[in-house]
Amino acid sequence: MKDLLILGAGTAGTMMANHLKKELPDGWKISIVDQQETHYYQPGYLFLPFDIYKPSQIKKPIEKFIPKGVTLIKQKIEKINKDENTVLLKNGKSISYDILIIATGTDIAPQEIEGMLGDHWHKSVFDFYTFEGAKNLRNKLRKWKGGDLIVHITEMPIKCPVAPLEFAFLADAYFEQKGMRDKVNIKYVTPLSGAFTKPTATKELTHLLTKKNIEIIPDFAIEHVDGENKKIVDYGGKEVSYDLLVTIPTNMGDDLMERSGFGDEMNYVPTNKATLQTTVKENIFAIGDATNVPASKAGSVAHFEAEILTGNILRYISGQPLKEEFDGHANCFIETGHGKALLIDFNYTHEPVTGTFPFAGIGPLNLLKETHTNHWGKLAFRWIYWNLLITGKHIPFVTATMSESGKNYKDVVEEETV
Amino acid sequence: MEKMYAGVAVNVNEEGYLTDFSQWSKEVAEDIAKEENVSLTQRHWDLISYLQGEHKKESALSIRKVGKSGVVSIKEFYELFPTGPLKVSTRVAGIPKPASCI
Repeated sequence: MKDLLILGAGTAGTMMANHLKKELPDGWKISIVDQQETHYYQPGYLFLPFDIYKPSQIKKPIEKFIPKGVTLIKQKIEKINKDENTVLLKNGKSISYDILIIATGTDIAPQEIEGMLGDHWHKSVFDFYTFEGAKNLRNKLRKWKGGDLIVHITEMPIKCPVAPLEFAFLADAYFEQKGMRDKVNIKYVTPLSGAFTKPTATKELTHLLTKKNIEIIPDFAIEHVDGENKKIVDYGGKEVSYDLLVTIPTNMGDDLMERSGFGDEMNYVPTNKATLQTTVKENIFAIGDATNVPASKAGSVAHFEAEILTGNILRYISGQPLKEEFDGHANCFIETGHGKALLIDFNYTHEPVTGTFPFAGIGPLNLLKETHTNHWGKLAFRWIYWNLLITGKHIPFVTATMSESGKNYKDVVEEETV
Repeated sequence: MEKMYAGVAVNVNEEGYLTDFSQWSKEVAEDIAKEENVSLTQRHWDLISYLQGEHKKESALSIRKVGKSGVVSIKEFYELFPTGPLKVSTRVAGIPKPASCI
């Protein structure tokens, strides 16, 4: 009997368990380790603060999505001993493997910025990248009287890089519906030189921010949070005052990587961006937010990676060369408020542009354009997530590698950087 | 396109980054720094040689990585190149602008 071990039962790990259960040849046993009880629908964290989703709509037990025949081990992971091909758990037990898949994701690390954690954390300084943060922020917003609302990105890369923009758009709509938009000043503070990481999308999104009366403050590299005087200060000495700070703290991979002696300075796993095999060792693969590949950290990316990684694991088992297939494909809805959304579809080499998706000239979804249909697409996605995506089923008409069909690549803008 | 620095023509891209590192010299760096309103001190040179070394190793550069390098702190990195630490320092060092964060 050979052993395949998956670390992490989040979006990526659960998808891999489902794919591999169906595809692995006889004689292989699959185990998956995670210390959590709950599988969260993370895109729902964006809607929770605005009372659009209830907590019960975005959480389900982890077990529910682990296929029969796969062993779920609920333990904290202490260390990967790559030379012995074993993983040490918190309870002292050691598990050996023939193939390891690292799917431990990324998490916020607010402790990285001086003054971010403290008495004011989840009182006047909030994150919405955790269930707790999103729920506490909801309670705060329900009774908030208004003032300066700062939506802030600490440093890149972050999970779901469009989420802070969506938060700003939804906040605009939320306060308008509450009849208090005139009492709220929304500012978008980012370390990037513009609204987004990709130039053509930045142009469209800047236009939307301006239209919604959201001020953008670019090139802001935060040094510390002054919680007492309610301001954030950057390395150059710039200051921005807030009454309510909604920040995306530094995102980092699991410190398991540091304990195991590999991982980059953000604890991400060095991974071949086309094959998803790690450079740590040939029998260790990585998927989703845990890798250092230069793709967005997002569920759609993990979904596309899962199809490709499954193929490569089968190739590895049968001794064939791995296929350099992953192209960085990402597909993200961007909620813009008032029942509308944008859709972007891009990869390592092709930035998001306008067009139609998934069918050229037909859609029904529109790329980089605000429409109601896109919004319904995003809401439908929660059903797709629970019923198709994490159970490893293929999403109809959406391919793992990006299609150039239906996209307008003329008039693209030059790439911008920090 | 070509641009004159320190009396020699060097190849640069449309954003002013050298496209051929073999054309870089300390004098070229001094001239580019002048354009960016930075006057180079020993601390700048220490950082520049670190950046060039990392580039040679093909490791991706980020502000955090520089801050953890032991060469300069993030705070000092901003003091050395206040208008955009990574953007300006890589240009002066004659290496490509680090790819955009995703």
